[in-house]
Amino acid sequence: MAVLDKYAALAQQYAGLEAAGANPFNVPFERVLSPTAAIIGGRETLLLGTNNYLGLTYDPAVIAAANAATQAAGTGTTGSRIANGSYGSHQQLEAALADFYGRKQGMVFSTGYQANLGIISALAGKGDHLLLDADSHASIYDGSRLGYAQVTRFRHNSPDDLANRLRRLAGEPGEKVIIVEGIYSMLGDTAPLAEFAAVKREYGGCLVVDEAHSLGVLGATGRGLAEQAGVEADVDFIVGTFSKSLGGVGGFAVTDMPGAEILRVVSRPYMFTASLPPGVIAATEAALHQLRARPELRQRLNENALRLYRGLAGLGFELGPEPSPVVSAIMPSPEAAFGFWAALLKAGLYTNVSLPPATPKGLALLRSSVSAAHSPEQIDQAIGLFAQVGERLGLLGAPAFAAAK
Amino acid sequence: MSDQANEIREIIFDTLRAALPQDRPLSDNTHIIEDLGLDSVAVMDFVMEIEDKLDISVPLDKIAEVETLGDLIATVQRLKQAA
Ligand SMILES: Cc1ncc(COP(=O)(O)O)c(C=O)c1O
Repeated sequence: MAVLDKYAALAQQYAGLEAAGANPFNVPFERVLSPTAAIIGGRETLLLGTNNYLGLTYDPAVIAAANAATQAAGTGTTGSRIANGSYGSHQQLEAALADFYGRKQGMVFSTGYQANLGIISALAGKGDHLLLDADSHASIYDGSRLGYAQVTRFRHNSPDDLANRLRRLAGEPGEKVIIVEGIYSMLGDTAPLAEFAAVKREYGGCLVVDEAHSLGVLGATGRGLAEQAGVEADVDFIVGTFSKSLGGVGGFAVTDMPGAEILRVVSRPYMFTASLPPGVIAATEAALHQLRARPELRQRLNENALRLYRGLAGLGFELGPEPSPVVSAIMPSPEAAFGFWAALLKAGLYTNVSLPPATPKGLALLRSSVSAAHSPEQIDQAIGLFAQVGERLGLLGAPAFAAAK
Repeated sequence: MSDQANEIREIIFDTLRAALPQDRPLSDNTHIIEDLGLDSVAVMDFVMEIEDKLDISVPLDKIAEVETLGDLIATVQRLKQAA
């Protein structure tokens, strides 16, 4: 059959990685030991690429809540939110999220990916206009195709380009929906949200912020970039995920928009998929409680982030533009990224490789993410391994940007 | 061929020459992905330059329909006339 023929070139590259025994896209963790350690390839490995920002995956209170809910309510709901899959605990978590954000309504989705699909496709329908940051996550791009709106992308983090596009649309019928992210997952940079909010106030439109990587990371109480930038009132919908700082799986949206209840019967990615199991819901609510009650987790995370960022910058690596829990080193080529990644793994350090088209400007990235659960010694150990391997491969202080484009 | 189409062609070809790593022959029949080796994101980034120069917005579904430089010229011209 020829249905897979279109992937022939990619399949060859993929097979090459497998043959070299170094495929970053297919690494089983044989046994996970803690938020920062796992057995990989028979060897205890330091984890520096998990998005487990607050390290809550092994939190005793979170595990206890998951266990108790599973015992009491069973392993799964076996249905969607609009049929048999809405339990009291789903509504309770929605209320807890709304309370945390100080918003009227919360809505829980089965993944963060589906939260973006569900909100974007429902807000921007046929005849509407969707304006995306060019570096948006795949779930935002995919959501933009589901709603039949006219989609244009503006330059990454450019309020001026957004303003230009809104100006061109002035007088056109249809709603304008604008989407940006809190922290961008590839380079760890934040959006200039106060400036975006000002553009929105000038031209009008509905502003959606995906705080997937900034929930529990930014803001005085951990609500994310909108809180940090002081523009929560200008943000109409916040979308986020339970799979990073909250250590589980699932997605959500919160809003003050009157009438937003209707989304529950028009948003297909909300309606036509099974709801999250009781154990996941209970764990998420317990993790949210930990996030609120223990601001020191956020502080430790950000200290670790700064430590890694400064350490790698000090070694001469070209990094994203600002320190954040996502620390990506720009590699001169995909081959260099694969080689560096594999050598680090062999030395006992797990990181990620990110490649175009998922990355901006065709960059090949060796991506790390830190956790509040890392000790300063573990961060130093990681920096030491980057130094050792970078030296050996001749990749310390490589003029990566020039070579990449 | 209208003056406007010629002007748009010139802007697109100039922008492409500045963006491509090597000199390639460009014509209306040039396939943007196959002949120029751009990936989908690179094509969208290149179209952004055209959008700036001509003060238009090209929706993503229109970009997706474009195969050759001639297609792009026609799409841009239609959008410019509607603006
Ligand atoms: C910006 C952004 N939005 C949404 C998602 C999707 O979240 P999830 O993996 O929880 O489905 C992710 C991560 O994968 C992301 O980085």
